[in-house]
Amino acid sequence: MRSMKTDHVYEPAEDTFLLLRAALKEVRPADSVLEMGCGRGLISRELTSKARRVIATDINPHALRMARKMGIETVRADLFRGIKARFDLILFNPPYLPTGPQDKLEGWLNLAFNGGVSGRETINPFMEDLRDHLAPGGRALLLVSTLSGLIEIEEKAKNDGLEAMMVAREKYFFEELVVLRLRPAGGFL
Amino acid sequence: MKRDLMEILACPLCKGDLELEVFEEDDVEIVSGRIYCKACDEYYPIEDGIPNMLPPEIRDSDLK
Repeated sequence: MRSMKTDHVYEPAEDTFLLLRAALKEVRPADSVLEMGCGRGLISRELTSKARRVIATDINPHALRMARKMGIETVRADLFRGIKARFDLILFNPPYLPTGPQDKLEGWLNLAFNGGVSGRETINPFMEDLRDHLAPGGRALLLVSTLSGLIEIEEKAKNDGLEAMMVAREKYFFEELVVLRLRPAGGFL
Repeated sequence: MKRDLMEILACPLCKGDLELEVFEEDDVEIVSGRIYCKACDEYYPIEDGIPNMLPPEIRDSDLK
């Protein structure tokens, strides 16, 4: 019998590794880091020795148990609900695939993929609350796909008072994966 | 979870402050316990070292 339901948790893939590489370039030793939607915790594990503190969250209990086994500090939470602190660096590889009712996966994995009909149903609330969780000088790295509408995401970021910059991109057959670096527009007031 | 994690947690419903109740703690961290929001009269469990800060309507949904 398996002690953990590994098939309920997203397997690290191209998007995981693209965000990891961007995060390794971005992280500074004094940073407090929040990784949202940590999955198995691969990115958090790599950053633990490179930052002051790393805290990882996910909504999926199977993912959290795997991450915790690797020594990562974990919290079960839905986006920023339940989190009050500000962080120097926030990382998020969200569910970004446009998903209609007929495309839904069963169980926990659905939450790792399903970005709603637009692909932006998780990205949007994340961006709305992001400013309130960034420490002075703080920044976020958000992985997105051209499938979820890059123009709409950048427009939304602007409306939420965020400055978006593309810091990594990779082309695949059907999509391009992009890492956006988000900071409060006009600095901190 | 480590005790100082309380500094980053808030009630997912009202964003208010929380109280910690420890059932079991080892040398490093709290293994089990619960986190209480007085304003909402709501408990958030800590199980296997992981605090569950999901709001009750998501926590009690049918996914296991």
